Amino acid sequence: MQRQFIEIIVGLFVIAGVVALLFLSLKVSNLNSVAVTDPYQVNARFDNIGSLKVRAPVTMAGVKIGRVNEIRLDSASYQAEVVMDISGEYKNLPVDSSASINTQGLLGEQFVSLEPGGQQEYLANGDHIRLTQSAVVLENLIGELLFSNSQGAKQ
Amino acid sequence: MISVVRRTGAVSLVVFAATGRACMLLMQMLYSIPSAIRRYGLLIEQLYRVGVLTLPIIIVAALFVGMVLALQGYNTLVDFGAESSLGLLVALSLTRELGPVLAGLLFAGRAGAALTAEIGLMKATEQLAGMEMMAVDPVWRILLPRFLAGVLSVPLLAVLFTAVGIFGGYILGVDVLGVDQGVFWSAMQQGVDFQQDVMNGLLKSLVFGVLISLIAVFMGYDASPTPAGVSTATTLTVVLSSLVVLVMDFCLTSMMFQ
Repeated sequence: MQRQFIEIIVGLFVIAGVVALLFLSLKVSNLNSVAVTDPYQVNARFDNIGSLKVRAPVTMAGVKIGRVNEIRLDSASYQAEVVMDISGEYKNLPVDSSASINTQGLLGEQFVSLEPGGQQEYLANGDHIRLTQSAVVLENLIGELLFSNSQGAKQ
Repeated sequence: MISVVRRTGAVSLVVFAATGRACMLLMQMLYSIPSAIRRYGLLIEQLYRVGVLTLPIIIVAALFVGMVLALQGYNTLVDFGAESSLGLLVALSLTRELGPVLAGLLFAGRAGAALTAEIGLMKATEQLAGMEMMAVDPVWRILLPRFLAGVLSVPLLAVLFTAVGIFGGYILGVDVLGVDQGVFWSAMQQGVDFQQDVMNGLLKSLVFGVLISLIAVFMGYDASPTPAGVSTATTLTVVLSSLVVLVMDFCLTSMMFQ
């Protein structure tokens, strides 16, 4: 009787530990949204990527459709080359789509936003996105604002 | 002058010798794991005494740690209008650091000290020697189940600590301070990575479990068989395992989160 009781309690303890781990993996961490299913890769070149990081989200119309897979410097053109994994669910992105780097909120993380174009041909694995818009660097913006203000004051 | 050098050398020799004996004990225990599986009843009993009986203190401590994290975090974050990150703050602090470390420290105080005292007293009253006379290996019969129970318990306790702590942060943040419930969870899910945060926390707690259990079991087995020896060993267990947990935590953190 005593022995059975101890075994039941220990069993409950182990099960509670496993349940807690499940809770941490499913409810607390991003395990259920980490995988981009059946991805294909699309490249884009930017003059300046700001503080974009690998694994940042790629969105279209605000919906997450992929992740940034790799960022490297193209030493011929001195531009940043961003390789994105797009989920296989979204195969019909027009080839003349444009990419821009936006910020979540004023000071949040940066992400790549795609705007659909109008052509009937679709982006395939390894294609390049031609139309790109660099990240808005807040410091430069403030600098320009101050500069134009002082110009206005002189006149 | 020369006596200072000599003293240092003597202390070093004692420390090195003890480390060596601890490693040999560890090898001896690992070697007899296969034969321990046949008597898993011993392990279950120790899991109850070492793991389950530590659970109340872990749950109460975790609840309060989670709540105080939420309270402090809220007071700071609200100045920047960033109280939506409260869930992320609580979850990251608990999964990465506080869960494994505090569970390890509480385990060392609650269970590690008890293990050392028990084994040390067995040695002082010559129960271990008696066992050897009856051809029962005390390392296999007494030390191994307690060591394995500790190694298995600490990760389970650390995971439970983290989960209960996040729940405590949720209660205080959402129900008392009025952070939005959906934002609390979604900010957490966006910021906490399973591999990077949860699994590394689990790995940390496993390392702590091995170290604390080894120290506790070794100190008891190695204690000088007198009342003063047992009390010194118990103190050393708590002091050493707390220090080892904190130092190893720094080393592991610097390797894991670069």
